[in-house]
Amino acid sequence: MKWTIVVGRYDKDQPAGSGYPPPFESAAAKRYQTFEVDLPEHAMVLDALIQVREYQDESLAVRCACRSAICGSCAMWINGHANLACTSKLRDFTVDGKVTVESPPSMPPIRDLVCDMTPFWQKNRQVRPWLEGKEPVPAGEEYRVPNAAMENLIQEVGCISCGACLMDCESFAVNQNFLGPAALAKAYRYTADPRDAETRDRLKTYSEPDGVWDCTHCYECVQQCPKGVAPLEQILKLRRMAVEEGFTNNAGTRHAYAFAESVKDSGRLNELTLMPKSFGLLNIRAQLQSLPAAFNMARAGKLPPLIHKKIPGLARIKSIFAKVGGKFK
Amino acid sequence: MILDHDVVVLGAGLAGMRAALEAARAGVKVAVVSKVHPVRSHSGAAQGGINAAIGKDDSWEIHAFDTIKGSDYLADQDAVEIMASEAPRDIIELEHMGVTFFRDDQGKLGTRAFGGASKARTYFVGDITGQALLYTLYDQILKAGVQIYEEWFATALYTVEGACRGAVCIDMLSGELHLLRAGAIIMASGGCGRVYEPSTNALICTGDGIALAYRVGAPLMDMEMVQYHPTTLKGSGFLMTEAARGEGAYLLNASGERFMQRYAPKMMELASRDVVSRSETIEIAEGRGVDDCVFLDLRHLGPEVVMRKLPQIHEMALDFLGIDMLTTPVPVRPGMHYIMGGIKTDATGATAMPGMYAAGECACVSVHGGNRLGANSLLDTLVFGRRSGAASANYARQVQPLTSGEDFLRSEQVRIAALLERPYEGETHARLRLELGTMMDRNVGVYRDEAGLQAALQTIQQLKQRYQHVAVGDKSRVYNQALTFVLELGYMLDIAETIVYSALTRTESRGAQSRTDFPKRNDAEWLKHVVIHSHDGQAPAIDFSPVSITKWPPQERTY
Repeated sequence: MKWTIVVGRYDKDQPAGSGYPPPFESAAAKRYQTFEVDLPEHAMVLDALIQVREYQDESLAVRCACRSAICGSCAMWINGHANLACTSKLRDFTVDGKVTVESPPSMPPIRDLVCDMTPFWQKNRQVRPWLEGKEPVPAGEEYRVPNAAMENLIQEVGCISCGACLMDCESFAVNQNFLGPAALAKAYRYTADPRDAETRDRLKTYSEPDGVWDCTHCYECVQQCPKGVAPLEQILKLRRMAVEEGFTNNAGTRHAYAFAESVKDSGRLNELTLMPKSFGLLNIRAQLQSLPAAFNMARAGKLPPLIHKKIPGLARIKSIFAKVGGKFK
Repeated sequence: MILDHDVVVLGAGLAGMRAALEAARAGVKVAVVSKVHPVRSHSGAAQGGINAAIGKDDSWEIHAFDTIKGSDYLADQDAVEIMASEAPRDIIELEHMGVTFFRDDQGKLGTRAFGGASKARTYFVGDITGQALLYTLYDQILKAGVQIYEEWFATALYTVEGACRGAVCIDMLSGELHLLRAGAIIMASGGCGRVYEPSTNALICTGDGIALAYRVGAPLMDMEMVQYHPTTLKGSGFLMTEAARGEGAYLLNASGERFMQRYAPKMMELASRDVVSRSETIEIAEGRGVDDCVFLDLRHLGPEVVMRKLPQIHEMALDFLGIDMLTTPVPVRPGMHYIMGGIKTDATGATAMPGMYAAGECACVSVHGGNRLGANSLLDTLVFGRRSGAASANYARQVQPLTSGEDFLRSEQVRIAALLERPYEGETHARLRLELGTMMDRNVGVYRDEAGLQAALQTIQQLKQRYQHVAVGDKSRVYNQALTFVLELGYMLDIAETIVYSALTRTESRGAQSRTDFPKRNDAEWLKHVVIHSHDGQAPAIDFSPVSITKWPPQERTY
């Protein structure tokens, strides 16, 4: 079968013009090149790229090794979203007669489909990704732990570090310091490990700015992960653990509390009080800093109603809170 | 640039990272070099598990015997004793580092059955054991602060007065060549699966370290012993883990018969890999296969077992063939999987060349002999990675630092620059590699004979001639993969030649070497290793090394 693949070409060694969004706009020109390949019906995007690289244009750079979603090398943008090329079928991704692949604009480009993964590895290193084993380490034998506790971690252990989650992370797009989905999933893997001695310290660190509370629940990471790691779910588990351990003195927890409180009191979200409560009522500076955004929203017609009304049947909502229990009973 | 370290490890799979960790613990300055990021290494693809005799009804002696029997008595028994007896401590250590091994009801490490093993002694993490170990070791070398040069590609080893003292590498991101000088070098660069097409191995498994060591004079051993894995997926050749059969999966022929009952009535599907691969090849040759395949049947295991213990292969069959293994048997065939041979080492990882150590698939201790048992390769990487890390650190401490090397670096720069400028005359690395691989699969696969091997040798010599005219189709400095593919092809041609010479030399059938013209094992003449040395552009020189026999004299091998 004939397939058409459009490839974003780039060489940081060949300077000229632009083509990438900030902060890479000073980089070399990116251009799109179209290739035709002849491959079977069930062929993958990676098969097409290898075909091009071997028989049409040896200068096409693409990272790949295992070709079976194990090594994690070949994450790239396919039709505008991060995916593994080795498990993306040409058939499923051909739109208007072509598949478009390119290096994700969220990562620094290097060459063609090879991007600089340094941000990804740095974030991984930042979460202290190793076991701080509980003392005493059992002499000559294993730690005794239930299998369920190990299986609970296997979802993250299945992560192949392809970086697809970070490439498409909405929060990373606006805050390069956000630890990001994969690193936080890894953070959960060690925090929830019953053999780890640093659970509290980890939770404290991950609760700081750029940590678990900077996730905006856009679900891109869950959607893009080729291995079912569902990083967002691991982040939510970390949040719960952090709150239970008492790490609540942060904007994230206050935001969650203010959210719940507002719903409990009125049955809907009071957006006017949400921000001050999240920042802390006395944190005037942070509140002032959010004013420009508030003005912009107002100008765009996104201003919440000034008078906050309760919804009818509020008692039923309160009974839900009572049933769930906890802080808002 | 010239960079100095005490120990430089080439390769960052399990053997390389375990070696680096041990050398770092010994307090020397260690660096790991890898042509891919460490976690992309092919160790991560090992699915089934890792062997150790920990259970009460098991002993390291039984493990050693199974390994030796599996090797068809070609393994060196002193080395096997070390591996089997030290296995428990290495597994426990990995557990302490954080590997999420499967547990039994008491919360202790739990096992699964594996091929060629008389006890269930395979420890595992789902069907991603290699990946779990690889990431844990990566985490550990981060913790230890080991220097990592990732996406650096080795072009040559630097020797001084007969000792190995460094490696020249291309930094892929800049295209620049650097010399890493060291007191000792550990080769941990993995296998050479891509010499064959198809292969279960990743595209990066091109035997770089084996060829580099061979070129500077380190002898290779057991190179004729190439393992065909019995269950590789139709078409793509991807690995379907032996753990499937360990969990009880059947092998069926076209008429739905469990044909292994005719070849290995006791062990059935769990006979050792060479035996199962030969049986499948006979079934297919005698017309009882379908499209050159037999079938791997998981249906009776039920969704609970498949989805919990074998999710990855279920996903792969679905992705690549559109087959749901819960309801349909999947077509499989024997496919090149592993090389038992490699750089000859002793049990400390030391090669015949001073300053050069080797561990993992690129090395040959020999603990696998003629046929490696499933779940012994991960173990090999850990035990001998650790040992070579310790021994090399010890050695490196006693070596004088170097001031030389600039000339060597410059000569490599000139060589690579000339390669880049070579004009295009119609030969490409991709075509040559495909020709090499398909020929090796056809002539040097499960069954071999004199005529086929001689033809293979001729083809390789022709390919080597043509290789001199292969151009590099990329002129950029940044991430020039065409350049590294051409260099890799050169490594693979050297390795293919050593495999064929060794296979021609061994005129008997043992383990993975099945000569149809010499169908019997011949202990009187061939209870010895074939050792091959490079010989400056001429035909390689071959000599022999005795097999160490400690407790287990050779017996007839039945399963």
